[in-house]
Formats: sequence, C-alpha cells, structure tokens
Amino acid sequence: MIPFDYQRAQTPAAAAAAVAAHPRAAFLGGGTNLVDRMKLGVATPELLVDITHLDLDRIEELPDGTVRIGANVRNSDLAAHPLIRHRYPALSQALLSGASGQLRNTATTGGNLLQRTRCVYFQDTTTPCNKREPGSGCSALEGYTRYHALLGASEHCVATHPSDMAVAMSALDAVVTVQSPHGRRRIPLAELHRLPGDHPEHDTVLDHGDLITAVELPPSAMAARSRYRKVRDRASYAFALVSAAVALDLDGDHISDLRIALGGLAHKPWRALRAEEELRGGPATQEHFRAAAQAELAAARPLKGNAFKTDLARTTLASTLSDLAAPGPRHEEQR
Amino acid sequence: MSAPVHPRSAPTAPGRAIGADLPRVDARAKVTGTATYAFEYPVPHPAYLHPVQATIARGRLTRIDTTAAEALDGVRAVLWHGNAPRLRATDNAELAVLQSDQVFYRGQVVAAVIADTPEAARQAARLVRLDYDQQPHDVDLSPHRGDLYAPKDDHDQGDLEAAMAGAEHALDATYTTPMLHATPIEPHTTTAVWDDSGLTLYESTQGAHFARQELAPLLDLDPQRIQIIAPYVGGGFGSKGPLHAPTVLTVLAARAMFGRPVKLALTRRHMFDQVGYRSPTIQRIRLAANAQGRLSGIGMDATVQTARLAEFIEEATGPTESMYAAPHRHIALRAAELDAAVPGWIRGPGQCPGMFGPEVAMDELAQACGLDPIDLRLRNDPDHDPATGKPFSSRNLAACLREGARRFGWHDRDPAPGTRLVQGWYVGTGVAASRYPVVPPAGPSEATVRHLHDGHYEVHIGAADIGTGAWTVLTQIAADALGAGVQDVQVRIGDTALPEASVAGGSTGTMSWGSTIVAAARAFRDRHGTAPAPGAEASAPLPDNPATEQFAMAAFGAQFAEVHIHADTGEIRVPRLLGAFAAGRIINPRTARSQLIGGMTMGLSMALHEQSIMDPRFGHVVNCDLAEYHIATNADVADIQAHWIDEEDPHVNPLGAKGIGEIGIVGTAAAVANAAHHATGVRVRDLPLTLDHFLG
Repeated sequence: MIPFDYQRAQTPAAAAAAVAAHPRAAFLGGGTNLVDRMKLGVATPELLVDITHLDLDRIEELPDGTVRIGANVRNSDLAAHPLIRHRYPALSQALLSGASGQLRNTATTGGNLLQRTRCVYFQDTTTPCNKREPGSGCSALEGYTRYHALLGASEHCVATHPSDMAVAMSALDAVVTVQSPHGRRRIPLAELHRLPGDHPEHDTVLDHGDLITAVELPPSAMAARSRYRKVRDRASYAFALVSAAVALDLDGDHISDLRIALGGLAHKPWRALRAEEELRGGPATQEHFRAAAQAELAAARPLKGNAFKTDLARTTLASTLSDLAAPGPRHEEQR
Repeated sequence: MSAPVHPRSAPTAPGRAIGADLPRVDARAKVTGTATYAFEYPVPHPAYLHPVQATIARGRLTRIDTTAAEALDGVRAVLWHGNAPRLRATDNAELAVLQSDQVFYRGQVVAAVIADTPEAARQAARLVRLDYDQQPHDVDLSPHRGDLYAPKDDHDQGDLEAAMAGAEHALDATYTTPMLHATPIEPHTTTAVWDDSGLTLYESTQGAHFARQELAPLLDLDPQRIQIIAPYVGGGFGSKGPLHAPTVLTVLAARAMFGRPVKLALTRRHMFDQVGYRSPTIQRIRLAANAQGRLSGIGMDATVQTARLAEFIEEATGPTESMYAAPHRHIALRAAELDAAVPGWIRGPGQCPGMFGPEVAMDELAQACGLDPIDLRLRNDPDHDPATGKPFSSRNLAACLREGARRFGWHDRDPAPGTRLVQGWYVGTGVAASRYPVVPPAGPSEATVRHLHDGHYEVHIGAADIGTGAWTVLTQIAADALGAGVQDVQVRIGDTALPEASVAGGSTGTMSWGSTIVAAARAFRDRHGTAPAPGAEASAPLPDNPATEQFAMAAFGAQFAEVHIHADTGEIRVPRLLGAFAAGRIINPRTARSQLIGGMTMGLSMALHEQSIMDPRFGHVVNCDLAEYHIATNADVADIQAHWIDEEDPHVNPLGAKGIGEIGIVGTAAAVANAAHHATGVRVRDLPLTLDHFLG
C-alpha cells in the first residue's frame, strides 16, 4: 500500500470535482474491494475521497412508483428493505447470495456496482494482465478460467464482473444516476458496464470523477415475480459460476413479458435479450425455456477450463424460468 | 517464564477427572480476547518485516537493487543474500533463507524489508528490484515422468499381476487428490528479540522445543540462550509443526537489528507459498477379489511431489500397507522433484490423501461383487497387521462399521445408484473406513510436578495447545495421576523454559505428554509420598513402552455421509456426516468430539472444495486467498456427528488412549465420494467433487 491523502467530501458535486481534479484519486465507499486491491498493489490511489458521509443512504419511493436507492445504502439494508423484498425479490435474493454477512454490512450499492473482477491474475501483480496493466497480456486466456467469461469476451480479457446485485438490477431495468463534475446524467444499468474489447482497463462507461449517486428501479408488476438463482462452488461466500435473474409476466400459460440477466458469464451483467425475444409472447413450457437458453448460449466461446459453464448456464436458466413459471417443490433447491 | 495461568476449573472429585466433560481451561481467555498470540506480545519499539519474493520459479539472482526501498521513510534495512547474517549449514535447505543467489521456486523469499511500520515495510518490499538469470522450470506432476524416484522401499508380496489376471473381480483405477493448504486462521507469526541475553521468540508454533532444536544449530547458538514462548496458537494443522523459512527470516532480521524487536505476520497470500502444503497425489489402485469379495491382490502405486529445494514426502501408501490383507500385494511410492515450494505436514500427512483412492476403490469393488460396502470391509478385516505381521494392540474397525451403520440408519439402504430423486436432488449415502496409526512422538518429553501447598499442584511441560484441548486434558490426566481434583492442578505449557516436550503432531500429544505426566506424578509420590512439603517436586521423562515392538497400533473408524446432488446443476450438499471411532480411552468427551468433528469438517472441505491451483506457466498457486481457495463455510456443514465405542487397549500406553487429532479427516472424502456415486451413479475419482463432475 502506498501513502495516500484522504478527504471527506461535503456534497456529491464536491466529491466528483475532487476526484476529477486528481488523476490518481478514487472514491471510498465501503472499501471492501478497494482496500483489498490497495493492499495487493493492484490499486494505487494517491487520494481517497470518502463519500460515506454524503446524504446518499436512503431508500425511497418516488411519486411515480420508482424506488430510488441511494448509492451509500449498505447491501444488508437494501436486501432487508420491505420495498425490495416485496416488489423486487430477485434483487433481495441476489444481495443475500453475495459475499458474507460482514461484507454486506459494509459494502455499498454504488461500490458493489463498481467492484472489480476477482480474476486471480488481475489480483496478482506478478502476472501479466491487460485490465491491470494495459498491453501486458492476458494470463487467464491460457490459465485458470473457472470463473471466466463465455460471452462477449475479447482476446485481451476474459474476466467476469463479480456482482450478483448488478445482475438482478440489470434484469429489473434499473437506471443509475451519476453526478459528474459537469452535471448529472442517467445511465441504464444495462449500459453501465462495458465489454472488454480493446480496452479491458475500463470496466464501465463512467469517466474519472463520475460519482454514482443512486440506482432507480422503475415500477414493474413483473418484478414482483422475479427470482435470482446463483450456482456456485460452495453453499455460501463464493462468486457465481453461473447466475440468472429472471422476471416473468404470465398471461395464463403464455409469457406476456419477461426480463433475463445472467451473471458469471461476461465482463458485465449479461442481459439475455436473445432468450427474452424467443420467449416473449410464447408459451411457458419447458421446451421453450430450453430452446431459449440454447439460443442465448449459442454465442458462448468457452475456454479450456470453463466449457462446463455453457451447459450449466443453459440448465440454470431453463430451470429458473420453469421454477418461476410453476413454483413447486423444486423451488427449494438452495437448501 | 511467561506461560499463563488460567482460572481454576470447575471441580472434579479426586481420581474422577479423566472422562469428565470439562470445558476448556483456556476458553475464557480466548473468547474474551485476553489470550495473547505471538504477534500481539507487547515489546518496546518493534520493527516490522515484509518479505520480497522471487517472481521466477528457477534461476539465479543477478542483481538486487534496494535503493528505492531504502530511500523510503521509516525503512531501517533491506536484507538479502549479500548482507544477511550467515547461518550455519543445514540439512534442511528450506531454512537457509537469504543465504545464496539461487531461486528454487516462485515465491521464495529473496530479500526482506525491515521498517518502523508494517505499511512502510510492505511498500518498500515492492520497490526492491530483482534481476534474474532465469531458467526453465518444471512443476508438472505426472506418474509418467522419467525422473521419478522411490523415497522408500516398495512393499512386494506374491504376484499381483497374476492375481489380477486370475481374479473373478479385478479393479484397476486411478484416483487423484489435489494440492491442499492448511490455512489456519492465525497466520504464521513471529516476534523476535535478539539482545545480550540471547534470542527470545514469541512464535506461533506446534512445538516450542522442537522449533528451538531446529534453530539452535542453524544460528550456532547454545539452545539455553534461546527461549520460545507459544502459549496460544490459532490453529496449525501441521503447518506450524516443523520450522519454516519466515521464522528464520525474522530471527535474521532481529540479529541485524540487535536489541530491537522485530515482528512478522504472514499475509494470507504468503500462507500459500511459505509454510508447506499437502502434495497432490496420483494413486493407481488395483484390487483383485474372488466372487465372495475376498481380496487376493492389492496394489497401490502412488506418485507425489517434493521440491528441488528440500525433500518432504507425503507417504500416501501408508494406509494401504496396513489396512487390508491379501496374498499378493504391490505397494510403491514415487516422488518427483519439482521447482515448487517445499510440501509439508498437513493434518493426517500421508494417511489422509492415501485413504481416498483405496476406500473409493473398495466401494467400487463392493458394487462389482454385489456386496454391501460394509460387508466387503468386514470380510477383509485382517487378524494381524498386513505390513508387519504383528498382532494389533486393538483393532475395532468392524465395531466402528457396525456402530456407525446402526446410528446412521444404514440397514435399509437401497444399493442401486442414481435412483432416488427427491425434489430435484439425487440422494445417496456412502461409507468409508478411517485409520490413523499410533506413531512415535517426534522427540522426547519430560514433566515436572511441584506441590505448591495444601494439595495444590503445578505441572510443567513444554507442550502446545493449538486449539486441540491439550491444556484441558493434560490438567485432567495430571489430576487423576496425583489423586487430586482438576481444581487443584495448574498445568503450564507452551514455553521452552518448561521441561522439554515433543511437538504437537502425529496425534501424539495427549498420549506422549499425558504418559509423561503420569510418570512424573508417580515419581513425585515415590519421592514425596502422600503428604508432600510445600515446594516438593519431581520430574520424569516419557517412559519407553516395550509393547510398541510387539503390537501394531492404530485407531480406526468408519465414516458415513449422506449426499444430495442437484439434478440440473450438479450442486452438491452433505446434509449428514457421521463418524464412529475406536481410539482407546477418551479423556474428555467435549474436546474429543470437537477434535473429531473438526477433522471430519476438514475432510468434508477436502471432499467438496479445497484445491490449490498451480499455474504451470508461472509455477505458483494462483487461487491464493480465502475467497478463491474454498474452505467449507458454515452453510456447507450441516448435521455432523462423532461417536466412539468403548475400547480398552492395555498396550498402547498407560492411559490406554490413542490419538484423535487426525483420524477424523482420514476417509471422510472417500465416504462423501462414495455417497455421491450412490446418489448419481457418477463415479468421481478426482477430488474435489465440484459440480461439473455431475453435469449432463
């Protein structure tokens, strides 16, 4: 860890300005990921702008039914909030499936979105990594890839985004509000994170100094029938091998509308638009669920160590859809 | 002497301490945070150490540039092989830290920064520039390597090939266990003070005297000038048994800073390349049997890895030598010397991985013979030790299998695999045998009994409690040996200022230290009678036990697992684990149960999760933190039970007690793998049992 300066911001605009003014500055939220990276030498900020005292820690319902989540709301508080549990159960489930109780008590909503990949090579300063050190090469391509991407990766980076929360938010059409040094703007959450392409060092479309101030969940009848299914290597405290956030609007046996996002498979929460298209307006049958999952994963480009995830993603998505369409005893698979 | 004294225990009647369900005497100190661990000892004005590690796996350092590191505020010195204090030559090259320019593995300590704060030391360590003459490295373990060697003699008897060819049932399969790390919650830590009075170490170790014995010749120092203090240890699992390089490094730094204390706490990542690991094993198992399941042939060819830097052999063939008899046997161990860190002790060395292949193979054979796996084991339970021909001092494997089966509810088990689908989960049950030998203690022991006054005693022995409950059970043993209650006995351990004691390893602690205390108590009564004067004392060493020559001695057990595997995703859960053990006399049911279920939990973790991923291109373990190296979480451990049968063994030692620290981890993974097969019909021969094995 290198020495760094510390400031406590008074307003979101001042925080954004302070970070924008210093090329080696970073926002400090819960610190559960940033401080780890600082210890590892992966992050070397010279200035930390502490935003945890800003008035961004409320969950409130707006007149139009939108639920606005302040960027500083802790993961535990968000998961437990009645509005979230009742109207957006997939989000609550996603949060509770992530990290550990201690981490969730500290980690913030904004920080969760901006946490970085846990690719073992990214976290190890003795190995090449294009995300950490652009142009140095990707160690994962021929390396340990169990947690790496099948979809949307590039020859420069095959890392995955580790957040569960972001996957659920992506399926729930969340919108991120951003305070930049120049003003405010809104970004659909599904467009916040980017694919690695030629620039894996950029996780998101945010510019240096852009501060996430809130996440807004639009009102959605479908969201009440939503669920997050996470498949991982141990029963708790493990990143997703594959996860699926699904919201379903059924009209009898037909799917009038739906949202699907997948986790553990890409550099960003993967909105499964192809599968959604296949299913929208069609019958809610196992056969269709499987076909849609198949269609979505057709683009999968597995690596040597993660080929099993293509199958796993297909079966996870299909079974999550069918569980949600016809909840039965199989609903209990996370025991 | 600084060994702490605990509040008096709840009383027991004289002579009734052994067998009492006594809470740990150190429990209060631990849960209130008042127990002082090695890194926490308050010493004046300490300096802090941070290692610099090689980033190549083989070669030579050509230049070390410490300029930038030394220029940093608070940095006191950068040690490397050009300026570090010299060590006397040692047989154990792992300990010859900073003594040459040679790099034997990636992660080897090649320099170290001493600074006023841990942060400055860590930052400066990154600024040390290393240039190498790099050579190609080799970390690939394979049974087909041309350079394998035999670290011990093969065990050959009869003609296994012929037995296989002529058998009604012949099984030939290969099983693997991965590299594993011990990962105790307290990392290895040292506080070292070297001044005019000599060297004082506050050390997280499983054996203060053992550590001193290794250090003294290395430093060319009279052992009497070294004091090692280690009352509390936050877990070791073998990794704190033998000394490792970081302790020596801290001692060198203390020598360089003469008079100023130096502290080192390893980071979690260091725990994956500095303190040993369990070698991966590749186990070819051959079994030949007749139609009734009687074994005619047993074969095991095991391959393990050791390091070019220093040798450590995981004796994975050990269990097979003594488990089942057959007229035709071939048991061979081979090792590959790799450019990797030095392996080391981890709970149940040799025994734990070495029981996986054989006990899964027995399950496969049972299925082939159409026999219940318990029945197959009972049919092949030998009268005499197959390795030595000696009678057993006691062998109650059969009783454990029967008692475990009764408690687990095995009797109405449907043997067909892959047929029970319950709410989306395949359900299965499995069994495997456990065994852990009674091994000789690694080193001598001596105890002193002192009468304080009015029937209050102190017992001194330099033993270690690494979370095992040793402190408590030694108090019970001493109380009974003196005819006192536990409230009248204070045991002092964890300090070289106390009489010498063997290392806490090989499940020998209670047996050897306990027997030593019994001998010291007898010597005390012989000399001072039943009405001793205040201050009266007597000492005695661990007596020889001639019975160890006449009998084969081991604890046995049987483990049962219920496994659920998700039909769609392959996710695996173990809702029930049950072990039945025969380990002689149980001194304290509470701490014994804790040891046994602790071992079983670690075995469950090995079965389901644990795996250190070596990246052969770089030559180091890449999943080197606790988010990526998975250990079972609370959510993975459900109903876990340990039971034991009454076993009287008059030969094993005066206490009649066998070790229980390790047997709980032996066989667990095989029981889980066998249950997974019963659930799904998928036979997994490679640990861990990750979900991808069960997909499709």
